[in-house]
Amino acid sequence: MSALFVNDSLDFTRLKELLDVTDGNLASHIRALEEAGYVFVNKQYIGRKPNTSYTLTRLGRKAFQEHIQVLEKIIKNL
Amino acid sequence: MENDKAIEAISDIRSMMERSSKFISLSGLTGVFAGIFALAGAAAAYFYSAKSFGTDAVYANLQPDQKKDVLIFYGVDAFLVLTLSVGFGIWLSFRKSKKTGQSVLDKTAIQLLVNLAIPLLTGGIFCIALISQGILGLVAPAMLIFYGLSLINASKFTIGDTRYLGYIEVFLGLTSCFFMGYGLLFWAVGFGFFHIAYGLFMYYIYEK
Repeated sequence: MSALFVNDSLDFTRLKELLDVTDGNLASHIRALEEAGYVFVNKQYIGRKPNTSYTLTRLGRKAFQEHIQVLEKIIKNL
Repeated sequence: MENDKAIEAISDIRSMMERSSKFISLSGLTGVFAGIFALAGAAAAYFYSAKSFGTDAVYANLQPDQKKDVLIFYGVDAFLVLTLSVGFGIWLSFRKSKKTGQSVLDKTAIQLLVNLAIPLLTGGIFCIALISQGILGLVAPAMLIFYGLSLINASKFTIGDTRYLGYIEVFLGLTSCFFMGYGLLFWAVGFGFFHIAYGLFMYYIYEK
């Protein structure tokens, strides 16, 4: 979510590189986010190769922002 | 300890945001070395000029073959400074990338280079145009200005506040336009002194 928050969109390979996880691990997490309505999946072809990229939905963006706000509140109430 | 977990979570979030959108392997030492090379280059240019035709001579009044020699010397000088600075920059970034875990060939590195290159190439061609038209007085200012603009443009793709160094270079470049004849001095201050100062600053804040 953090990575998608600051990038217009990221593809599967790039996310895997950034998070350093296995294909399956990443795929299942993305599916969960997609089912929650947080991530938009964009499947296309670059030439002949299939390429899947992901973008945060407006709902996802809002959820993430709220998540950060909650964390910050916890820290402030030291 | 909910508080510690929250702090760690926020810090993880911030770190992921940075490494996914910025080239974080840029080292402040790049600036320091670039500054040293620039000062060396400026000194070389100064002593060459002083020896060849005195420091009060004006380029326009030189003989044609003297002009050619000057251009060649300055050209090679600038080229060496640039190549050494970039070379060391790449090497230092490579070293730092071992710590950050971010490859130097990362998408962010390319993004950074492209955004640096656009104003830089424009400036380079502009300077060549100035030289070809014999308007040498504006070459040093133009280099500072375009370099500053390229720093401002590329600043969001890397760490540190290179934006501010960019502002300083633009300011120096613009100021030097009003002090014709002192181009080399402004060049030395802008590319030399401020790079070293800024590089050290960035190094101590982010890497020490």
